[in-house]
Amino acid sequence: MDMFLNIFVAAVLAGTPLLFGTVGEIINEKVGHLNLGVEGMMSIGACAGFMAGYVTDNFIIAIIASFVAAALASLIYAVLTVTFMANQNVTGLTLTIFGIGLSNFIGIYMLGKSETGTLKLPENITAQMRDIHIPMLSDIPIIGKMFFSYNPFVYMGIIIAIAMGFYLYKTRLGLNLRAIGENPAAADAAGIKVTKLKYINLIIGGGICGIGGAYCSMIINGGVWISNNVGGLGWIAVALVIFASWKPVNAIWGSFIFGALRVLKYYIPKTVFPFPNAFYDMLPFLITAIVLVITSIKQSKENNIPESCGINYFREER
Amino acid sequence: MTNQAVQKSKEPFARIVKKSEMSGKNVAILRIMAFLLAIVAGGVFILCIGENPFAVYGAIISGAFRSVMAFQGTVKIMIPLLITSLGVTLAFKMKFWNIGAEGQIIMGAIFASYFALFHDTLNHTLLIFAMFIAGIIGGGLWGLIPAFFKSKFDTNETLFTLMLNYIALHIVSYLRDGPWMDPGSQGYSKIATFSKNAMLDRVMGVHIGWIIAIILTVFVFIYIKYTKQGYEISVVGESHETARYAGMNVKLITLRTMFLSGAICGIAGMVQATGSDKTLTTAVAGGVGFTAIIVAWLAQLNPVMIFIISFLFSVLEKGSSVLQSSYGLSTDCADVLQGIILFFVLGCELFVRYKFVFRKKGGA
Amino acid sequence: MDNENTVKYAIECKGITKTFGSVVANDNIELTVKYGEILALLGENGSGKTTLMNMLSGIYHQDKGTIYIGGEEANINSPVDAMSLGIGMIHQHFKLVEVFSAGDNIILGTEKKKMKPKALKEEIRNISKNLGLEIDPDKKIYNMSVSEKQTVEILKVIYRGAKILILDEPTAVLTPQETEKLFALLRKMKEQGCAIIIITHKLNEVMAISDRVTILRKGKSIDTVNTSETNEKHLTELMVGRPVSLEIERNEVENKEKILKIVDLTVMKGDGTKALDDISFNIKTGEILGVAGVAGSGQKELCETIAGLMPAKQGAILYKKENIIGKSPSEIIKLGISMSFVPEDRLGMGLVASMGMVDNMLLKSYKDKKGFFVDRKPARELAKKLKDKLKVVTPSIDTPVRLMSGGNVQKVLLGREIESNPNLLITAYPVRGLDINSSYTIYDLLNEQKEKGVAVIFIGEDLDVLLELSDRIMVLCHGKITGIVDARKTTKEEIGILMTGGTIGEEEEND
Repeated sequence: MDMFLNIFVAAVLAGTPLLFGTVGEIINEKVGHLNLGVEGMMSIGACAGFMAGYVTDNFIIAIIASFVAAALASLIYAVLTVTFMANQNVTGLTLTIFGIGLSNFIGIYMLGKSETGTLKLPENITAQMRDIHIPMLSDIPIIGKMFFSYNPFVYMGIIIAIAMGFYLYKTRLGLNLRAIGENPAAADAAGIKVTKLKYINLIIGGGICGIGGAYCSMIINGGVWISNNVGGLGWIAVALVIFASWKPVNAIWGSFIFGALRVLKYYIPKTVFPFPNAFYDMLPFLITAIVLVITSIKQSKENNIPESCGINYFREER
Repeated sequence: MTNQAVQKSKEPFARIVKKSEMSGKNVAILRIMAFLLAIVAGGVFILCIGENPFAVYGAIISGAFRSVMAFQGTVKIMIPLLITSLGVTLAFKMKFWNIGAEGQIIMGAIFASYFALFHDTLNHTLLIFAMFIAGIIGGGLWGLIPAFFKSKFDTNETLFTLMLNYIALHIVSYLRDGPWMDPGSQGYSKIATFSKNAMLDRVMGVHIGWIIAIILTVFVFIYIKYTKQGYEISVVGESHETARYAGMNVKLITLRTMFLSGAICGIAGMVQATGSDKTLTTAVAGGVGFTAIIVAWLAQLNPVMIFIISFLFSVLEKGSSVLQSSYGLSTDCADVLQGIILFFVLGCELFVRYKFVFRKKGGA
Repeated sequence: MDNENTVKYAIECKGITKTFGSVVANDNIELTVKYGEILALLGENGSGKTTLMNMLSGIYHQDKGTIYIGGEEANINSPVDAMSLGIGMIHQHFKLVEVFSAGDNIILGTEKKKMKPKALKEEIRNISKNLGLEIDPDKKIYNMSVSEKQTVEILKVIYRGAKILILDEPTAVLTPQETEKLFALLRKMKEQGCAIIIITHKLNEVMAISDRVTILRKGKSIDTVNTSETNEKHLTELMVGRPVSLEIERNEVENKEKILKIVDLTVMKGDGTKALDDISFNIKTGEILGVAGVAGSGQKELCETIAGLMPAKQGAILYKKENIIGKSPSEIIKLGISMSFVPEDRLGMGLVASMGMVDNMLLKSYKDKKGFFVDRKPARELAKKLKDKLKVVTPSIDTPVRLMSGGNVQKVLLGREIESNPNLLITAYPVRGLDINSSYTIYDLLNEQKEKGVAVIFIGEDLDVLLELSDRIMVLCHGKITGIVDARKTTKEEIGILMTGGTIGEEEEND
């Protein structure tokens, strides 16, 4: 039981950065843009969040900074793919290279200015990021640890995922944006401001990815800055979008499953399951690949990639 | 109601319209302008961090060329990038979004490493040849899988190839931690350094990968331009309908081309592992597969342009390695500059086919 | 004509011009519609009807000219503008989101006050009931039949309170009963004061539903007439142009032999409807068989089935007594059957747009020579020869055909097909959009082939040409053959009647 509890908690913690990245990318793909720049946007968010926290010692400002910085990075992508109709794959990959580079560059630049030769988040903000203790709830045996013992990011991620799920599937605006991703010409003809909504949602999606980045830089390494702190989680998020069948609420449990796969290797003794560590690391991608093939065999119209995802829209195209 | 609407409806500030296409010369001028603009923008970035752009650019260029050693280093960076770009070009020519070069490089390297590790007693020439073929098969198979699912079930190839990258990556880490772990590494898991016999020979100070890369450039150039199969790829890329109309077997062509695309990327992996790294690591592809996509795209899938652009990329990367020592700037500077330059070049592509029409003064 | 100063028009278009690249789709078009009126917009394919309507609905923007809505100058920059002006368009290719329900598609993009889903569905049901329509708001579009989809499209614009309705070939996909229902609906809306534009090329429908007719031809507005003062014959003349003697020479060829025999052929479309319905005909060498019919009557499917690109459901295609159904396209090419189809966008499947003339010459013959490499020398010579012979205007034979004008592209396409020395030449719309001189070049080419003993199937739009060029004319209507007539004896009217599904007294025996 104890082990299960530990795995559960570790899975949630490992899944949280994925959750942000996935929800952000879902928004991007739902509006018709396969943004391969998640890793880059997360990196930029990681850097902005950490540095803002380092300088201001304020958690809220750090979160806002990570959101805004990644949203700006996403804005570059939006300008290039929406207005300038550049190839989405190439632009996304460029954003990834740029984002990781910029994040590491600034990190090393700041390291050079630091007197100690390391960057560590100050006391105050570290305290704000500690696991939240909810009176009563957190004290319930087992349940308290399973559900009410996490740092603020975890709850924020779940709230954002639910909110975005509501936005996408229960509001008029969400309906409009999904229409754009499926069939921009139809959305356009129905009077939806395609360009405007694309911009808005790409920026929001990018910003959410950025918060996930902040988790990577501020939590995972115990508040010490290291380079490449996102370390490929952005790519797992791209996979998770498929696994979650483009639904933010699915992304919640999806990211915790993927999180579990990332930590299971530390918990399951090799005597029980003699799987090598690499197998657990591979599993998210393998499962996603299988899901991709199955959905394509089923030719399911729903639970599939938005019809026009990856294709830029030009109204007068004949 | 209608009257109000009429008054409210203003002509937008600018509108994008299609224009008659530009001549090749004008397109070239446009792209050069874009590149120059990008260099200026990169300069602004350098200014922002308090350095002199001219000095930094100068340092980058001298860093790549200042000595024979430096130049050899540049070439070494260029080899896998060039080969991989050529590989993905074949897929892109067919409008098959092969984002899986990274994985194909890795598989090529794994297959080749098998011979390097376990059959290194073979005659040297034979061993190199075997590794070369193994690289082709490894990469080729990894390209064939998405092609199979694409042609059979129309599985989205962008996402599928992306997944295959990481599956390949973790196969390497499995081999590293398990069956192929170097017993002499004292618990630190890594794969043994290849024996001298399994390393690529050097010509003029650089492993013979550079010769392979040049041969492949010529091969891809000829293949696309002068062969029946190359012709078929272009037609399939333009329209499956047309290809069928001309009596082409679209599925077969898709499979064959993706095998070849993967195979060339596999060669890059084999060359990188046996020529440069001299062992198999998880970093054998190291993002080259992604950069190659950008290179191929910027070069408009033209092998000669790919040669030039991958050279420029390599100069930037090699050259920026000196920035650390002379300016205290991290090598990540290269990635940032690369990003900025690419953003500009990508943006300028619009003007090849479209133009902005601005609202006339006093209109509406 | 009405007195223009006193009448307030729902829509008034003045001098509308729109070009796509080098193609002039609309050339100085004039058009007016009043409230409480149904205007039919009549014209052949490619005459610019859809382009014009797309400008009214904000999809395109005109290059020149002014649009007045309700008497006020309007600048329609987007579908939103069009909608706020009360214009609703029902597109020929439905603009629906497949994975959404009917209800979601109807409310899509509207800014009406948010309602509970239940109340919303009730409202949709009410609107549809008032108009005598039936629809399940929860049904997903991808589960719907074509006519259901159209109903959703209509409800969409009505829900938005459109006062000006534009329907682009709404009856093309409907059964006669469904068409009748639609017309009843349109009349109801007209009584309620709506202005309606209906695009069609079915004359009987024009006569049945419209108050006035505007005729477009080759991107120009030719005339506007009151429906009560005209008849089908007059409209046909306006649409296709005055009956003119084209003086295309037509020779009789001796020693005709049957080369292709089509027996009881049925072909299904992707959506499960019949594209060709149990058709049988034959063609002899040294003969031009013209095929007439309104667009979408099965011409494309006929071409593609013979070329091996579409599977047949029933029947046989006997080529020199051998059934070629099931053979691959390349086997059929080798047998000497050549097919060229000029679609509306002129490129499409016969040519590779980004390649030059030389590479396009290779399309079907690149495999003829053994070896790994493509031999471009003969192709280059062929390209040069065609360029001179057919007077193809292009900067060079390596310039992408995409950059060439439509007429020249067609010359390249047909020229290549002819140079492959086929036994059976199928050509669809080879003179689509061509000027007079280029058209004659094409006719001469076809006649030359016929005299050489080639069997030619000529699918055309212009009845005058069909009458003068063909030996026999086969008329298709809704995938069925309504008649095969001797081109020397028949008249334009007779073919017009057959095209719209009517019958004429005597038909040539179909052996």
